[in-house]
Amino acid sequence: MQIRQSANRALQALIVVAVVGLFALLAVTTAEHLQQRGIRSGFDFLLEPAGFTLGESLLPVDAGDSTWLAFTAGLFNTLRVALPGAALALGIGTLAGFGRLADNPLVRGLAGAYVNAFRNIPLLLQLLAWYFILTDLLPAADAALRLAPGVFVSKSGLALPWWGDGGFEIPEPGGFGIDGGARLTPEYLAMLIGLVLYSAAYIAETLRAAVLALPPGQRLAALALGMTPRQVFRLVLLPQAWRAALPPVTSQLLNLFKNASLAVAIGYPDLVSVAGTSLNQTGRAIECLVIVIVVYLLLSLVAAAVSHAFERRSQWERPT
Amino acid sequence: MSRFRTLALTAATALATLAAPAHAGKILDGIKARGQLACGVSTGVIGFSAADSQGHWRGLDVDICRAIAAAVLGDANKVRWVPLSSQQRFTALQSGEVDILSRNTTWSLTRDAALGLHFTAVTYYDGQGFMVAKKSKVTSARQLKNAEICVQSGTTTEKNLSDYFRSQGIKVKPVVFDKFEPSIKAFFSGRCQAYTTDASALAFIRSKEAPNPDDYVVLPEIISKEPLGPAVRRGDDEWFAVVKWVINALIEAEELGITQAKADSMKSSPDPTVQRFLGVGEDLGKSLGLDREWAARAVKAGGNYGDIFNRNVGADSPLKLPRGLNAQWNKGGILYALPLR
Repeated sequence: MQIRQSANRALQALIVVAVVGLFALLAVTTAEHLQQRGIRSGFDFLLEPAGFTLGESLLPVDAGDSTWLAFTAGLFNTLRVALPGAALALGIGTLAGFGRLADNPLVRGLAGAYVNAFRNIPLLLQLLAWYFILTDLLPAADAALRLAPGVFVSKSGLALPWWGDGGFEIPEPGGFGIDGGARLTPEYLAMLIGLVLYSAAYIAETLRAAVLALPPGQRLAALALGMTPRQVFRLVLLPQAWRAALPPVTSQLLNLFKNASLAVAIGYPDLVSVAGTSLNQTGRAIECLVIVIVVYLLLSLVAAAVSHAFERRSQWERPT
Repeated sequence: MSRFRTLALTAATALATLAAPAHAGKILDGIKARGQLACGVSTGVIGFSAADSQGHWRGLDVDICRAIAAAVLGDANKVRWVPLSSQQRFTALQSGEVDILSRNTTWSLTRDAALGLHFTAVTYYDGQGFMVAKKSKVTSARQLKNAEICVQSGTTTEKNLSDYFRSQGIKVKPVVFDKFEPSIKAFFSGRCQAYTTDASALAFIRSKEAPNPDDYVVLPEIISKEPLGPAVRRGDDEWFAVVKWVINALIEAEELGITQAKADSMKSSPDPTVQRFLGVGEDLGKSLGLDREWAARAVKAGGNYGDIFNRNVGADSPLKLPRGLNAQWNKGGILYALPLR
């Protein structure tokens, strides 16, 4: 037994070494061949000025700033749409999922129609549709609609009072539309709406399946104890369903993160958009791809770890 | 996901670079052995390279490849067209997937020096400009302070944009799209106050894509130099020379008045320059690894440079671009063929 175990270990170690070796070999040969062909390679371009600006960004980035700052700003933009998107998708998905189980036929029908419509249309089409609906319907930037004092909506997006360069700013009509305050652009809004509605439809189905998978005896027993249908749902069905639904819902949220990479199709400057622009200007195709791959991998691993921690907490018994 | 796919394709072609060993002077032999020229073109830029309704590739960049195929293989149709996105194009050339990249690509120092490729000759002198809605009353790019500007990613456009406005001390917001259609649709829906791309494309977009062309104006400023031309992989000087000289021959043919129709009859011309060009007497093809009729065949494939220009982007095309800088040196332009002798 002892011998078999250590033989096993040795084999595993060997495989790890082989895989790591293979990747190292790939990297070394790549670098060698690129050099042979007179192609400059390496990550030094990250320290050089980016030479381009982002249309909108949480981090103020200028064309003179280094390329890695532009990448970071792109990553922030990805998170800026993905994090609120994940929270909203969870909320709307939960509502829609339970809507599909409701006794009221109207609620059930509406929730069903929503899920089937949004789950069955490719996300890219939905994003483009939302974007063109927003830019076509909204009034021109110089004829912005005033929703409330200091709140304007136009083709340039939603302008809100916010802290700017000169302290707290209240947006007001200026040269090309609205100046000052914070701005949620149509690109951002279309991304957010599109991602949330698409992911929420999947989350709704996952939750519905989880509730339906519970033994019917659970519900009957709770009713027999004299609980109201609402109490049955909230105290008996929901906690158990969530536990089963957590891993697939995590997958959906990870998908939302990855789907955010479609942003450049509608002009939102996310990480992939910045990488594409940078790739074109420097010609460092492999390097830019590696950065995007590593960042997405890390993001997904972090998100998976968080979800795993939740899973463990919601377990009946901790695994020993 | 489509963006991811483009990036993934780029990665795949990039990795393919590693497999094939580098060799020199073999590209021409390879093309002759295969009986086909692999030509990298765009995925659709009207006037330069775009497939028509029957699936035939047409455009200035396309005709350059056809002329090279005619010179090398004796048949202008022996070309395999490889449509490439702007992200894929350089890796496709580096890895040998295409023999020549003829895809409205700007010749710049970084690209020429650091990407493992060589630009061969300029086939179109372009420059970046702006289009705005007439009702915005903007008459100069300097009035675009704080404006949002729609732009398609994937070329030198974004860098020029930021360079120009930095030099003017003006801030603008680029709205960057990866595909052509959403970028112009966003502009015409009024999302952006201006649209920027190469002037040749602006003329086309205004006349063909605008709901009403008269509602839009192209601003006078040209903010960059965009010399477009085909590139080849480094490390094969023979192939580099063939591409460079076929393009030179097309430009020289216009200067000499040699056209598709007259190429045969002009063989009896007493002018030694014309004779040399058409392979009568002196054999110029030998030093290029071609036969003596190479230049004559290149012209017979689709006419001389002037014919190619007029048919695809000039007076006889929907784009109706003026010759401008792209006229011969003795006609007010800067096209100057190196001597074929």
